[in-house]
Amino acid sequence: MRVMVFVKATEDSERGTLPAKEMFEAMGKFNEELVKAGVLVVADGLKPSSAGKRIAFDGPSRTVIDGPFAETRELVAGFWIWEVKDMDEAIAWAKRCPNPMPGPSDLEIRPVYCLEDFAEIFDSAGEPQSDG
Amino acid sequence: MVGEESRRAIEAVFRIERAGLIAGLARMVRDVDSAEELAQEALLAALADWPKSGVPEKPGAWLMTTAKRRALDRMRRDQMRERKHAELARERDDDEGAAAERIAAAIDNDIGDDLLSLIFTACHPVLSAEARAALTLRLIGGLTTEEIARAFLSAEATIAQRIVRAKRAIAKAGLAFEVPRGAERAVRLASVLEVIYLIFNEGYAATRGEDLIRTSLCAEAQRLGRILAGLMPEEPEVLSLQALMEIQASRFAARVAPDGAFVPLTAQNRARWDRLLIWDGLAALERAEALGGSDGAYALQAAIAACHARALKAEDTDWPRIAALYDRLRAVVPSPVVDLNRAVAHSMAFGPEAGLRLIDEIADAAVLRDYAPLPAAKGDLLFRAGRLGEARVAFETAAGLTRNAVEKSFLLSRARSCMC
Repeated sequence: MRVMVFVKATEDSERGTLPAKEMFEAMGKFNEELVKAGVLVVADGLKPSSAGKRIAFDGPSRTVIDGPFAETRELVAGFWIWEVKDMDEAIAWAKRCPNPMPGPSDLEIRPVYCLEDFAEIFDSAGEPQSDG
Repeated sequence: MVGEESRRAIEAVFRIERAGLIAGLARMVRDVDSAEELAQEALLAALADWPKSGVPEKPGAWLMTTAKRRALDRMRRDQMRERKHAELARERDDDEGAAAERIAAAIDNDIGDDLLSLIFTACHPVLSAEARAALTLRLIGGLTTEEIARAFLSAEATIAQRIVRAKRAIAKAGLAFEVPRGAERAVRLASVLEVIYLIFNEGYAATRGEDLIRTSLCAEAQRLGRILAGLMPEEPEVLSLQALMEIQASRFAARVAPDGAFVPLTAQNRARWDRLLIWDGLAALERAEALGGSDGAYALQAAIAACHARALKAEDTDWPRIAALYDRLRAVVPSPVVDLNRAVAHSMAFGPEAGLRLIDEIADAAVLRDYAPLPAAKGDLLFRAGRLGEARVAFETAAGLTRNAVEKSFLLSRARSCMC
């Protein structure tokens, strides 16, 4: 299964404080472990929300809102996409992650919808079949 | 008593460590079977210990140390037994010293190297391809015998027997649990890649409605491919196989129609292709090519798959490039099936008559005599060339050869369409 793992933002990440060298190295090592286990698909860090934009939808209207955004702890500072066997494995890997922020912080694991989840919507989303 | 949640958490940690653990232990005790048993004992110890003490900071090292201790206990026990039988105490003492040293040395070894050695051992050419696949899924993938049996549509006893024999063959051959060097390395690597692609294709061939474990073989193979690419990032063919599997897997959602019929590549809804896998595959292929590996068998196949992946619409497909890649692939892996695909590619690039000329060159090959895709492809080319009478005969021949009911009715309908 594919999961997306979010590093939630903190006051530090929203200030754009770059991680200390040791933290950077520890994270690099962790990513290397993920690669060697065949788990890592994508990993990236995000700039603070002050560099971001929001598009608000309401009926036909589209309003562009400039960052930064409030609710810091609900924002995202980085993410991975992992291929794991199940949620238990994802949790076990996530626990191994070095502290992603200088202070207290959260990782959030969200399973990605897959083919089987859509079976009812698209009848065509069945199991793969041979194409030779 | 271990709570359900903590047991699952511990087992998840164990699953992450298992392959590396078995690999390290196999090098120490020089026996895959004992290594597997020792790893299992370490899990039991963890299940007893960790709920009280918490998961250690380095669970892998904890498990390895525990298993190592058991290995030493076992060795001493065996020696005690032997001592009673024969008066070889002195000699055995020396052996024990050497073995203990080996175990101590192995502890410090890089897990990555050990894992690679185990992969090479499980995929050793002394074993049949089926045995290699079963053993690899068991030791590296962590699948149970039952799961492997279901995946390969075999009886559990058959697979169990296959694994036992494979382990015995490895022990008998006295394999060194090492990553081969020099000239041997290329041959052995080919054997590893063959096994991974075999596992992938077994999953790819699974049909709709079949046991999910069969389709999960593709995911297993992709994971093995990524692990290998992580351990051997400088081997172009490893990267190329990874690329080939990722790009092929990207089409899963698009290749079956609502009624279960197979959708050919050119008719697939490309919006349903998995862009992330394509992106990953293209990146791996690019690295392989940068390493000078463009002419490898997997690199060429991946490059062909990449041509399709890059085309946002079927009409955008770079057929002349695909035809040229098939020309090169044919030189590297001569095979009638490659020849047939090459003929089709040439027809797409240079017109149906160009394809027909190539098909006529291979039509007499013995292996293709009962191969339905040959007359089916020929029928299509004849149809496109406006030679309807001949096309009809070809479609009917193909329909008579195929065992797949959906395909048969498709071919017969094409035969009928030649009559108006």
